[in-house]
Amino acid sequence: MAGGSADERGEWRLALPLAAFFLLFFIAPLAVLAAWSFYAATETHTLTLAQYAKFLGDRFTLGILWNTLWLGVEATLVCLVFGYPLAWLAIRLTPRWQAALLFVVILPILTSVVVRTFAWIVMLGSQGVINKTLIAIGLIDTPLRLLYTETGVVMVLAQVQMPLMVLPIMATLMRVDRNLFDASASLGAGAWRTLWKVTLPLSIPGIVAGCILVYAACVTAFVTHTLIGGARLIYMPLYIYQQATGANDWPFAAAMSVIFMVAVLFVVYLLNLLGRTSKGQIYG
Amino acid sequence: MARRIDADALSFGLAIGGLASIAVVFLIAPTLILLITSFTDSESLKFPPSGYSFRWYAALLDAHQLLDAAWNSLVVAVWTTVLSVILGVTAALAIGRSRAPWAKALDSLFMSPLLLPALAFGFGALIYFNSIGLAQSMIGLIFGHTAVCVPFVLRNSIAALSQLNPAMQEASESLGAGSLYTFRRVTLPLIAPGVGAGSFIAFMSSFDNVPVSLFLSDARTQMLPIHLWEIIETNLDVRTAAASGVIVVATLVLMILAERFAGLTKQLR
Repeated sequence: MAGGSADERGEWRLALPLAAFFLLFFIAPLAVLAAWSFYAATETHTLTLAQYAKFLGDRFTLGILWNTLWLGVEATLVCLVFGYPLAWLAIRLTPRWQAALLFVVILPILTSVVVRTFAWIVMLGSQGVINKTLIAIGLIDTPLRLLYTETGVVMVLAQVQMPLMVLPIMATLMRVDRNLFDASASLGAGAWRTLWKVTLPLSIPGIVAGCILVYAACVTAFVTHTLIGGARLIYMPLYIYQQATGANDWPFAAAMSVIFMVAVLFVVYLLNLLGRTSKGQIYG
Repeated sequence: MARRIDADALSFGLAIGGLASIAVVFLIAPTLILLITSFTDSESLKFPPSGYSFRWYAALLDAHQLLDAAWNSLVVAVWTTVLSVILGVTAALAIGRSRAPWAKALDSLFMSPLLLPALAFGFGALIYFNSIGLAQSMIGLIFGHTAVCVPFVLRNSIAALSQLNPAMQEASESLGAGSLYTFRRVTLPLIAPGVGAGSFIAFMSSFDNVPVSLFLSDARTQMLPIHLWEIIETNLDVRTAAASGVIVVATLVLMILAERFAGLTKQLR
């Protein structure tokens, strides 16, 4: 077995530098963060659960948490609705076109997120391209309010994080045997039926991976939240930032960070679970 | 191809094609519109601009804060990439070839920065670095960035290693080559494109990092994305559009280079 021989030759020791680095500069900061969440105040370091009680007992803060988690769900769904067809199409293109499309898909993740969000400010305003286009084709009479609204934030998040959805789905679809689609068609299934019964179930691992990455990125997208959402729409990252640097309430900000992390990991866990149960249904 | 065009196939084609086209347009449009707007000759960010000029690009040359921030970001991104490649590739050699439970556990740990809200880690890093004297230093920024950028190098290196035929390394070693020599002359050249693609993404994501820099940088160690964010938040200065234009073009050039030399799109597929 490969693992046995690798272990015998002592290759495991090569993981030590990164493990040490993570212990010192990833796990330790998170542990310190967790410790601070139990402090009574920035100056008094007596241990208490007061910060958690303060957060969980306040409808305002709970509302912010819920809005953030829900925002992630909405943006992830929009991303999936547009990203899946793109991935579906991409694997059927000739290699040349596929590379070109991939280039278009990858470009946004590599362009600065501030730049991408900034571009949307130019587009979303009442004089922006989107409103002008919609008015020109007669769909609306008065400009829609898009900037500083949740709809705007969802749209921008979906666009900004789209690559994280498309790439894993493409990777999964490429491993699927093409003959399965032909078999489904030759057995009389229409295009929609083949999608529902063959293609979609087989792409679930990619969909789950994409959803997890997009979700995790959307809920923590500080720049998009603040620039598109404005000052009225507050999500967890901005609130943590305000409490940590503006109000200098480190224990409360730490407790919020811990709660936020646990909540996000819980959603990721649920998505994983969803992927596993639906897989069970296909082969079971 | 003699395919029967019926309502089913037609509606399917329209739905998939329509959604995919909208997705493609939406992926390209914002960047393109911003790029065009950055050449405006007026003081507002209207699209389409009333006239075109290079005045905002020329104005960039005098924007010292912006240039300083760009330089800081570049320095941090370079060191982060170097550190990520050293740590990521060595760890990939250990994890990628082992199927032991510890390897799986370490893999999940090293990948976890991609799932955890980076902002929470950034705040934790601020408290931690404050207590060990690394707060608001370039070193602190580099370490913080490395923790969240290493997964990209690790993931691509492991993927490249899994494509590798173990017989190559065995052949090298049975011919008497030491393990270091084998790594340098056999393994590394074969996984180089994967490592290259991973380090490219690590570099870009460090250069672009907000959640960690937000807490770890200050006036002396200002980072470009944070500086741009502050300008856009307070007063929409058209110079930011020009700065964005430079970033977009630089990214495009780097991507084309990465595609030529590392086959970027092939690595990410």
